[in-house]
Amino acid sequence: MSNELDYLSRRVAAGKLSRRDFLGRAAALGVAATVANSLLSKAVRAAGPVKGGTLKAGLQGGESTNSLDPATFLSQVPFAFGKCWGETLVELAPGGGVEYLIAEEIGSSDDAKTWTMKIRKGVQFHNGKEVTPDDVVATLKRHSDEKSKSGALGVLKSIDTIKVDGGNVVVTLKDPNADMPYLMADYHLIIQPNGGMDKPDAGIGTGPYKITGNQPGVKHTAARFDHYWQPDKYGHADQVEIVVVNDPTARMAALQGGQVNMINRVEPKIVDLVKRLPGVTIRAASGRGFYPFNMFCDTAPFDNNDLRMALKLAMDREEMLTKILRGYGEVGNDMPVNKAYPLFAGDFEQRKFDPEKAAAAYKKSGHSGSILLRTSDVAFPGAVDAAQLYQQSAAKAGIKIEIKREPGDGYWTEVWNKQPFSLSYWGGRPTQDQMYSTAYLSTADWNDTRWKRLDFDKMVLAARGELDEAKRKKIYRDMGEVMRDEGGLIVPFFNQFVDATGKGVEGWVDNPAQELSNGHALIECWLQA
Amino acid sequence: MSSPILRLVAQRILLGLVLLLAVSVLIFAGTQILPGDVAQAILGQSATPEALANLREQLGLNDPAWLRYVHWLWGILHGDFGTAQSSGLDIATSISTRLKNTLFLAACAAIVAVPLAIVLGLIAVRYRNGFVDKLISGLALASTSFPEFFIGYVLIYFFAVKWQIFPSISTVDDSTPFLERLQAVVLPATALTLVVLAHMMRMTRAAILNVMQSAYIETAELKGLKAFDIIRKHAFPNAIAPVVNVVMLNLAYLIVGVVVVEVIFVYPGMGQYLVDHVAKRDVPVVQAVGLIFAAVYITLNIVADIAAIVANPRLRHPK
Repeated sequence: MSNELDYLSRRVAAGKLSRRDFLGRAAALGVAATVANSLLSKAVRAAGPVKGGTLKAGLQGGESTNSLDPATFLSQVPFAFGKCWGETLVELAPGGGVEYLIAEEIGSSDDAKTWTMKIRKGVQFHNGKEVTPDDVVATLKRHSDEKSKSGALGVLKSIDTIKVDGGNVVVTLKDPNADMPYLMADYHLIIQPNGGMDKPDAGIGTGPYKITGNQPGVKHTAARFDHYWQPDKYGHADQVEIVVVNDPTARMAALQGGQVNMINRVEPKIVDLVKRLPGVTIRAASGRGFYPFNMFCDTAPFDNNDLRMALKLAMDREEMLTKILRGYGEVGNDMPVNKAYPLFAGDFEQRKFDPEKAAAAYKKSGHSGSILLRTSDVAFPGAVDAAQLYQQSAAKAGIKIEIKREPGDGYWTEVWNKQPFSLSYWGGRPTQDQMYSTAYLSTADWNDTRWKRLDFDKMVLAARGELDEAKRKKIYRDMGEVMRDEGGLIVPFFNQFVDATGKGVEGWVDNPAQELSNGHALIECWLQA
Repeated sequence: MSSPILRLVAQRILLGLVLLLAVSVLIFAGTQILPGDVAQAILGQSATPEALANLREQLGLNDPAWLRYVHWLWGILHGDFGTAQSSGLDIATSISTRLKNTLFLAACAAIVAVPLAIVLGLIAVRYRNGFVDKLISGLALASTSFPEFFIGYVLIYFFAVKWQIFPSISTVDDSTPFLERLQAVVLPATALTLVVLAHMMRMTRAAILNVMQSAYIETAELKGLKAFDIIRKHAFPNAIAPVVNVVMLNLAYLIVGVVVVEVIFVYPGMGQYLVDHVAKRDVPVVQAVGLIFAAVYITLNIVADIAAIVANPRLRHPK
């Protein structure tokens, strides 16, 4: 049976059999549609990409205020367009780990403080100039400069010196960091001629596509770059195009009407309807993003761990997941990391909704009266509903939650990281170290739970400098446990990135790092005739 | 006739300019009280305190407000709207493309909507209180009662998704050929037409009916003129002033009020541009767009006033 299906799937890939016939045949043989589909995409991928055509994406997250300067990238459209025209030193591989791009190899000294990056030879910029180690140094210097407004500044703060050594770039860090290669995958760090010091928004990179049109907030277009260094892997369509479609209904309509080949951010509440549409494929990838309820551990009444525990136990995570995300995610466990991270130990007991224990803990905390929770539409999709759902489950434990709905305008400046109990989102980070360092070190700028524990800081630093994986994993496990039992974080769920593609789009690879296959969808996919 | 009319026109224009100046103060003051600041909004959630301080310094956010107002006004008087703080692009250049797009869409909608509304209004008066009148009024009221986004989605569903006749995404740019441009705006222009039609139609009908009460209409009827001729020759010319007024109001709406339609159809006009920059607290752009919108309103109102004066013999020949 499987031989027949294999044969048939190859015929579909060769364009000799229609997809519909294939699926019909598979159903007749008693094979589930999902299995048949995965078989098919494997065959199509094996048959090799088809060159040509124009691949169009309709994406949310572009504004007329966007610039081509990678340092200013913030929203989804510049991020996705950046992947078309620019390349970083390394990239996050779909299965975890890093994939080398401009850097051919990265090695460290034994103390994880000095890192040597071998720069690939023969990679060309769109202006014809070859990439040199000097360009890389200039790029890193521009983004790590104290005066820079780069989004990667925080990540690069730990860099002490950057210099060229023959064909290598050598970076020394102030403190040991075993995760250094992951830092280089930050999407702001696109390698530019002379680091973009002269003209940061020139849009010259080494990516598979050359910019042909740039209208921020409207449309971005690019054509295949003839001298791209790995033409077999990326850049199959002749042209790529991103149309900014911020309205979710318009985005869906554009995909259905065939005006675009892929869209991002399909709303969880319509996914099940979309799945029934002919020709539309939902691409959902589990990721590292999560939607936390943040409590300030140093502000009353949340400075009491019994109260924090009561609030954690009063959360019905399963219900949240089904009602808010319609199941497109996984339940959280009150720590900012999950199994999508390398070196994550999965043997934690899942925290469950337990109104009795919650009531007991609440009583023990000595607090009475209502607790004010601030939320807003912009915190995450469905944030207001999530707050109300929480209010109901907490009421079952005798805890009164008062909800204050804040305006979306100014939520990130006036409420998040300012008020003691509020909703937020995190997109996750490539490694546990980065996630913990960004938000849970005592000194972190975005310590949005006011988690200030010197013993925890020591664990973060110890893990960061530890090159032995087993030992590192153990430290991370301990950190997760402390966070789960004492932290100021309630994590109802980790969300999935839900994208969708239209008819004939092949070559999609799920990548937990970011939406749209970590932004690679446009350069990685092709159009099957 | 020339001197009193000219004086009136000059008066109106002067008044318009004073009004515009007052509006500019309001706009500037309004943008100062938005919560948060542009530096924070540009850098977003991932802003570090160092980056924030650097950007604030670079954008000159540390100067006092009145000084920034004077600088701003001085620049505008010299045709310089400044550069957008968030993207560093020249505002005048960005706006000219956007404004052109918005005007094109507004013109397309107006070319259909205005004559249609007036003709429908005339027909409704001719068959007043009859079936035709009720049908026209009913349909017009229905189309105007639906929110714009609903009309937009319905149009998209049928014309773009189901029948695939017109695109649902109306992105155009300077290089788009005229015919393609026209095709791109069919759906948004239709949506806009449906939105403004009823208001103009109902006002035309009401204004003419008002005139129809006059004694000279009765005379015309007694003379045995045809009903439609009475409306066209005797009633309509005397109802021009209120009709022009409502038409101008709707034209202004077509230019400054189309944010929702632009967002749904992904049309790169002024509305979308303004929304983006308000969200980013990009004050110079918000101010520039606000001022242009105010100028559009004031200008169209002056035009309406002048048209009313010209259409009215009593104002044309004051005693």
